[in-house]
Amino acid sequence: MGKPSLRPRGFDDLGLRRVFGDRMLPLLVAAMAFLAALAGAGAMAAANLADHWREGAGSALTVQVPRPGGAAAAGPGTVEETRIDRITGILRGTPGIAETRALPESELNELLRPWLGRDAETASLPLPGVVAVRMAENGLDDSVLARLAAQLSAAAPGTTLEAHRPWVRRLSLLARSLQACAWAALGLVAAVAAAVIAVATRGGLALRREVIETVHGLGATDGYIACRFARRAAGLAVLGAVIGALAALPVLLGLANLATPFQTNGAVGSAPWLAALPPALWIGLPVLPLAAGLIGFATAQGTVRRWLRRLP
Amino acid sequence: MVRLDEVGLRYGGTRGGPEILRDISFSIGPGGFRWLLGRSGAGKTSLLRLLSLAARPTRGTLIVLGADIGLVPRRALPPLRRRIGMVFQDFRLLPHLTAFDNVALPLRLAGRPEGQITVDATEMLRWVGLADKTGAWPAELSGGEQQRVAIARAVAGRPSLLLADEPTGNLDEGQAERLMQLLAELNRLGTTVVVATHNDALVERHPARAMVLEHGRLVEDG
Ligand SMILES: Nc1ncnc2c1ncn2[C@@H]1O[C@H](COP(=O)(O)OP(=O)(O)O)[C@@H](O)[C@H]1O
Ligand SMILES: [Mg+2]
Repeated sequence: MGKPSLRPRGFDDLGLRRVFGDRMLPLLVAAMAFLAALAGAGAMAAANLADHWREGAGSALTVQVPRPGGAAAAGPGTVEETRIDRITGILRGTPGIAETRALPESELNELLRPWLGRDAETASLPLPGVVAVRMAENGLDDSVLARLAAQLSAAAPGTTLEAHRPWVRRLSLLARSLQACAWAALGLVAAVAAAVIAVATRGGLALRREVIETVHGLGATDGYIACRFARRAAGLAVLGAVIGALAALPVLLGLANLATPFQTNGAVGSAPWLAALPPALWIGLPVLPLAAGLIGFATAQGTVRRWLRRLP
Repeated sequence: MVRLDEVGLRYGGTRGGPEILRDISFSIGPGGFRWLLGRSGAGKTSLLRLLSLAARPTRGTLIVLGADIGLVPRRALPPLRRRIGMVFQDFRLLPHLTAFDNVALPLRLAGRPEGQITVDATEMLRWVGLADKTGAWPAELSGGEQQRVAIARAVAGRPSLLLADEPTGNLDEGQAERLMQLLAELNRLGTTVVVATHNDALVERHPARAMVLEHGRLVEDG
């Protein structure tokens, strides 16, 4: 007799446990969460890339000073050396330029090795002198650069100035577009998850129609009934999202691990495995179940309340 | 308590099918008792649906527990429903809840403390003679037992207005007699009671004011 007296926590008044998406819903939400994790990671990677390019290459200029005598003729105190010094002098005197550095020949050879092979040093190619320039925060606008280029080639005929900015603009645009696509995918995934939950909720409503009408007739408010469904939907969605996020974790770690060498500028394998996942993802992954729970709760509430409006 | 003035009801809204109830006017004061009589299809269940706020009138004025049902906002209805007990012709027990939980449901909806719910629901089930069936599922109960659970559920919340639709349909004569004593007892305690039935013998044994429906019209009240 005392047995039924204690109402168990999470008492299932409407008998939803048996009719409302017990297996299918968490699995579908898990798939959505997995996709969301990938899309989110994509958005973050694209953002990182865009920043990287903008900060690095966006402010860079390359100045090439031809050496009429060829690389072999270059040596301390030669004409070429003074030409490069002159160019560097002009660059240093130009406002808006933060740093100039004449690349030593060995570094130049190193850079060219992938294209020219081991024999780069011995090949009798006339390599130009190269000065790497980093512009200050706001850089120089295009007309100033044009004037600078004219000034440089007057000082040392044949000198060219190459701004990386147009490339960076395109790459940045590409990165931003990728990012926008990733956000759109994330939004789409959320919308599909909401639709899946709405369909499951409607299925539960249809199967429990008589029960709901009876409970409504006994004086249950719309809020009471909607809350029963919303709690169940939120629980199932959180469960699904946890599964999906856990499934995405090894995939993301693997991808991050592959990307590590590019992010740390050639220091291959120096980053510890777990730290390779950007901190934003460590925050983003736990947010997935939370977001799924909110979507589940809100969608079920809306669906049930709209359905209940047919009752007096 | 209850007052109807030229009330009409169509299923499917104002433009729905034919008018099932037409020009119904009557009133029942607090603590009143009424039989609701009429052939099958006369509209007894429909009238009880109006009184239990399961349907709103498509025309006329319906006042239940002091509220003008045609005018009050939808959210005002649940608290009113909780003050009305209804024994449905087809019981409407929740199949996934035990007899005890079915009886406890309106008390839980009303937010009563769980301790009091246990006492009241158990007492109600004892009162209808089902003390040994508290843990039974509706599907395990006979028609008469289900009807008695439905009665216990309707009465458990001590409603101000009790509506019963053919409540003796599945009861034997002794049980029907017991039910009538139970209803009379509640009525004496102040509950307004309306009982729809076509059990003439029962009405003869318990004379009270009767309303007679015929083809959706009230043809007799008194
Ligand atoms: N939900 C409904 N939709 C349409 N017509 C209905 C509905 N319920 C009852 N009716 C019709 O209303 C009339 C009265 O039915 P009802 O109120 O159940 O009568 P009673 O309870 O006296 O047998 C019948 O003709 C029935 O077909
Ligand atoms: Mg009927």
